[in-house]
Amino acid sequence: MSVTIHIPTPLRRFTSEQGEVQVEGATVGEAMQDLTRRFPSLQRHLFTDEGALRSFVNLFLNDEDVRHLQKEGTPLSSGDTLSIIPSIAGGVSALETAARAVAEELPDLSPAEIRHYSRHLILPEVGTLGQKKLKAAKVLAIGAGGLGSPVGLYLAAAGVGTLGMVDFDVVDESNLHRQVLFGRASVGKPKIQAATERLRDINPHINIVPHETRLDSSNALDLFRDYDIVVDGTDNFPTRYLVNDACVLLGKPNVYGSIFRFEGQVSVFWGARGPCYRCLFPEPPPPGLVPSCAEGGVLGVLPGIIGSLQANEVIKLIVGAGDPLIGRLVLFDALKLKFRELKLRKNPDCPICSEHPTQTELIDYQQFCGIDPREDTVEKDFEMSVAELKKWRDEGREHILLDVRNPPEWEIGRIEGAQLIPLGELQDRLGEIDPAATIVAHCHHGARSAQAVRFLRQMGFSRAINLAGGIDAWSEEVDPSVPRY
Amino acid sequence: MIVLSSGDLEAIGLHGEASYPEECCGFLIGRAEASSTVVERVLAVENEREDSRHNRFLIAPETVLAAHKEARSAGLDVVGYYHSHPDHPARPSEFDREHAWPGLSYVIVSVQGGKVAEARSWRLADDRERFEEEAMLQKDIGQKEAV
Repeated sequence: MSVTIHIPTPLRRFTSEQGEVQVEGATVGEAMQDLTRRFPSLQRHLFTDEGALRSFVNLFLNDEDVRHLQKEGTPLSSGDTLSIIPSIAGGVSALETAARAVAEELPDLSPAEIRHYSRHLILPEVGTLGQKKLKAAKVLAIGAGGLGSPVGLYLAAAGVGTLGMVDFDVVDESNLHRQVLFGRASVGKPKIQAATERLRDINPHINIVPHETRLDSSNALDLFRDYDIVVDGTDNFPTRYLVNDACVLLGKPNVYGSIFRFEGQVSVFWGARGPCYRCLFPEPPPPGLVPSCAEGGVLGVLPGIIGSLQANEVIKLIVGAGDPLIGRLVLFDALKLKFRELKLRKNPDCPICSEHPTQTELIDYQQFCGIDPREDTVEKDFEMSVAELKKWRDEGREHILLDVRNPPEWEIGRIEGAQLIPLGELQDRLGEIDPAATIVAHCHHGARSAQAVRFLRQMGFSRAINLAGGIDAWSEEVDPSVPRY
Repeated sequence: MIVLSSGDLEAIGLHGEASYPEECCGFLIGRAEASSTVVERVLAVENEREDSRHNRFLIAPETVLAAHKEARSAGLDVVGYYHSHPDHPARPSEFDREHAWPGLSYVIVSVQGGKVAEARSWRLADDRERFEEEAMLQKDIGQKEAV
């Protein structure tokens, strides 16, 4: 089918000044392909890097917008005329300082900085302009843990000019297998302090901003406002939803990563340009369903991989190189060594990032995630201390000691005489427990066994008691021969 | 280089002030010559965005078609567009860059607190990587200085 395409004036210099071009094609899409085959330099002005028609480019078939016909699949007849018509769109975004195309206000690089960044500077995709954008950029990392370690190390090394970190925790020995920001000398120190010292050593040319505070709904917006990009390295659902919502409300990109055991996820949630975390997961899982890394374990190198991918996305967003992970979720499986990619769509009814949001401010995320602080204040006979258990054992009081941890934890160490039924199997193995007996349930620190006790009581095991502090407290206060982990 | 009359430049500024704090937009109609773009007149249009009008504008393709027809009937062409940046500098945004074509002039007027601060004109580089500023010449500037 031979059809005529009208080329708008500004694009005629890519068509040897021809205002009308004859092309072949059975559909609008084929005709456009033929056009860009004949004039390849037109491609980038009509289509995005992904091959989609640019949002402001409209195609009219004999004066009818093809979107009202069958879009790019609209069939053509010989002699038809296609017109390329722009809709004119533009405007300011105050959030683009990092990605601004105009370089005139970017800071200069000192000779020492040029030496530090020389391997970036010779990459055409980064170059001096990209490195200056990195210097001008302000990035906030939420959490100085497993994900925050590579994020902080690589972004500091790469020269992100202002790098903020939020954390309130203290370095623990059990952090060292994955949180490579810290070494033995940091154990017991506030993470923020240890991280700041380490990052300053890596790159003295940047500004590290420590925020030793617990992120919550009262401080998130004020904290995020001064940054261009937020990196989510949190380990719990309330904070993850808080980070997402605050980013959407402020129009900032949220570079998301999460890890569990051997699997990780990465995406860039940016409500202004694509879906947000809530478009993907509108509701949090019920509390307790998804165990934390402290409960479920995590492969030490996994946050190294996922956090590095997050740092990579941050740098791409700032420099403007490549295809950012907006609208895509990457799933990584360390055991199979497989990456999978899912396409994400913006939920038109998303309560926070849609055109008509039902939520326009931050909420109580503990409550949103079903974590009721009142659950902690339980009835008196709900739990007992390790000292009491010791006394019971010394006195020979009858009870069943139920260990609800997972088998690998059991392998590390156990309390003598305990019976192992992992929390996940409890429902199916109730028959193994005498309902009339007094049951003392324990786990590592007391959270999983509290769930077990609540469940047991619902099922009629009225004399179930939780061991406060778990096997860790037992080891610390009663029997140091049980290894702590 | 873009050449336009002080009257047209003033009209753009007034449109920006009248629309403040929302963005305004319109067409530049004239001739693209070998080394310069000469604007013969400006055509103000309604911002067709229904949301985010303070930092976004939209002119639908039907309106663009109508403007092209109007320009052609006067033997002219649409040579560019103008829009305002309320409380922002007269520099193109990343959003502007993604929604532009080379070969056209993009005049941006910065309206600060309801008053015109400055107007600058930009053209998209052929590789789409950046906007380059072009000189703006008022064709009757001498006349204006004499007043």
